[in-house]
Amino acid sequence: MPTLTYRDALNQALREEMQRDPDVFLMGEEVGVYQGAYKVSRGLLDEFGPMRVVDTPITELGFAGVGVGAAMVGLRPVVEFMTWNFALLAVDQLVNSAAKMRYMSNGQVGVPAVFRGPGGSALQLASQHSQAFESWYAHIPGLKVVMPATPADAKGLLKSAIRDENPVIFIEGEMLYNTKGEVPEGEHVVPLGKADIKREGADVTIICHSKTVSVCLRASEQLAKDGVNAEVLDLRTIRPLDTEAMLNSVAKTHRCVVVEEGWPFAGVGAQVVDTIQREVFDELDAPVLRVTGADVPMPYNKHLEKAAKADPAKVVSAVSQVLYRE
Amino acid sequence: MASSAAPRTKAKSKGLDPAQADEYRSWLRQMLLIRRFEEKAGEAYSLGKIGGFCHLYIGQEAVAVGSLAALGPDDYITCSYREHGHALARGISTQAVMAELFGKAAGCTGGKGGSMHLFDASLGFLGGHGIVGGHIPLTTGMAFAVKYRNTSQVAVCYFGEAAVNNGAFHEALNMAALWKLPAIYLCENNRYGMGTALERASALYDISERACSYDMANEVVDGQDVLAMNSAMERAVQRARNEKLPTLLEVRTYRFMGHSMSDPIHGHYRTREEVEDQRKRDPIAVWSQRLIADGLMDEEAIRVMDKSVMQEVEDAYQFADQAPDPAPEELYTHVYAEDQRER
Repeated sequence: MPTLTYRDALNQALREEMQRDPDVFLMGEEVGVYQGAYKVSRGLLDEFGPMRVVDTPITELGFAGVGVGAAMVGLRPVVEFMTWNFALLAVDQLVNSAAKMRYMSNGQVGVPAVFRGPGGSALQLASQHSQAFESWYAHIPGLKVVMPATPADAKGLLKSAIRDENPVIFIEGEMLYNTKGEVPEGEHVVPLGKADIKREGADVTIICHSKTVSVCLRASEQLAKDGVNAEVLDLRTIRPLDTEAMLNSVAKTHRCVVVEEGWPFAGVGAQVVDTIQREVFDELDAPVLRVTGADVPMPYNKHLEKAAKADPAKVVSAVSQVLYRE
Repeated sequence: MASSAAPRTKAKSKGLDPAQADEYRSWLRQMLLIRRFEEKAGEAYSLGKIGGFCHLYIGQEAVAVGSLAALGPDDYITCSYREHGHALARGISTQAVMAELFGKAAGCTGGKGGSMHLFDASLGFLGGHGIVGGHIPLTTGMAFAVKYRNTSQVAVCYFGEAAVNNGAFHEALNMAALWKLPAIYLCENNRYGMGTALERASALYDISERACSYDMANEVVDGQDVLAMNSAMERAVQRARNEKLPTLLEVRTYRFMGHSMSDPIHGHYRTREEVEDQRKRDPIAVWSQRLIADGLMDEEAIRVMDKSVMQEVEDAYQFADQAPDPAPEELYTHVYAEDQRER
């Protein structure tokens, strides 16, 4: 199986889906001539031409709305935001137009569009460029929210998202683009709404998604040295949430830590914990704990930034608490 | 500052073409239908049969009727939330629109959309939209799809003059001009965004001039004259179909009623005298007089037409009143599509 970067896996998914379906097109800032701000769209302009790889002005509200409108009449846009920070300008279109169109029209008009781009923090980009917004979009009925952690999932989930009839918020990890992994060739499709066990274990369940999957895997290696066998469950899709996979794992391990990059208040973990305590309360041997980003705007200074992020040490500490090892 | 919304430069009109008499008469009927429908909707609102917000179109009927008459069956239309008139003029049945206002299952969106979200995809009627200006980029996207597929459709967006001050308007028109898209942006300048007069909200009085920022064709239209509206729209449609270029139409009209049912006709932001002055150019009276003057109808024929319209509206009212509510399980339908495209 070929080894690809996360970036090239996304590129492969886009190329294959554009070859497969002439209604699929890509639009956004710098996707064409510049070959993508993060090079995800490299080579696509040459292959598909400017009608299908559309460079837009810096006008997030506007081109998100263009994507919604094109989808309403049957095209299948993939709208790239240079980052999800900039997509805040487009939230009206995502929430008021994309998410509600099918319901308001009583099923007459759908919006089969993908809105994608990098989310989360990178390195020392400071407050306005270091934000994780998945819980915002996951709050909205009518939207799906997808966050791949590996190159293989990036390809398979993007292909599913493009084929989905609903508006899909597809948040890539800004720090994941250069990560490498084996990626199946051709028709590799990962269904939306299915979590994936990235590491099997019996002592504790660590639930995570996107960039925090690698954080949790590193934490698991440290824990293994101490004889703790952690199960790492990658949600992959935030909405719809794979409740069954979460509950099955917790029923096995009886202890759980939920890890995310975003802020704690009303975060994804809050929803996960709510579900677990309600559905498998009697299986729990300890309260479920959360590891999140610090509840502050992201600082620029690298030491402060490190302190603000979820990291393996914080995960190990939380796991130790639910195991009553501290 | 002009107290009247209508432009004063009216071309000397030729006689109406008798060959088009049927169409001209149908325009009067559509305008009467919208007027009587809205009067009935206001009544139903007062009786508590219609809930939420209800924005009436009385005074602006010639805009929807004259412009929609210039479109073909495959064209795309989006509107703001003051769209009952457009829905009727496009051909959604009087019963389906009234039933939607009543929130009933037989409404054109099954009681889920209501007054502000009327849809009929089979007619290319792609929504009333409730966020000021939010639907303008959608229309640019529909026009983009037309270009993408290389068909000859046009995409038309109706919005009020208050929408031109927000970013969505600017972003959407810039892209339409940049990419040469077959879109028509039809600004219904009824002088007031809720209670704020145009000149209190916009640094530029002539909205049509905003098109210059995008190197876009534009025109000022007398929205109280259905024929002038139709002619201007024909020019814009030709430009879109033949030259694949967008147009901004500034249509000067006037809202005879309050912003919504909770807003009185006059009071804080406009005077009784102003409203009465504007009512002298009631689009239905203007067109009726024209048809009579040119011998295409007489007063009796108009009276008979009005009576049949009132009966149609009354029937729709009774239909809507007696129609069943949506089933409780409809609460959870159409949130998501369950399928994937197979291709």
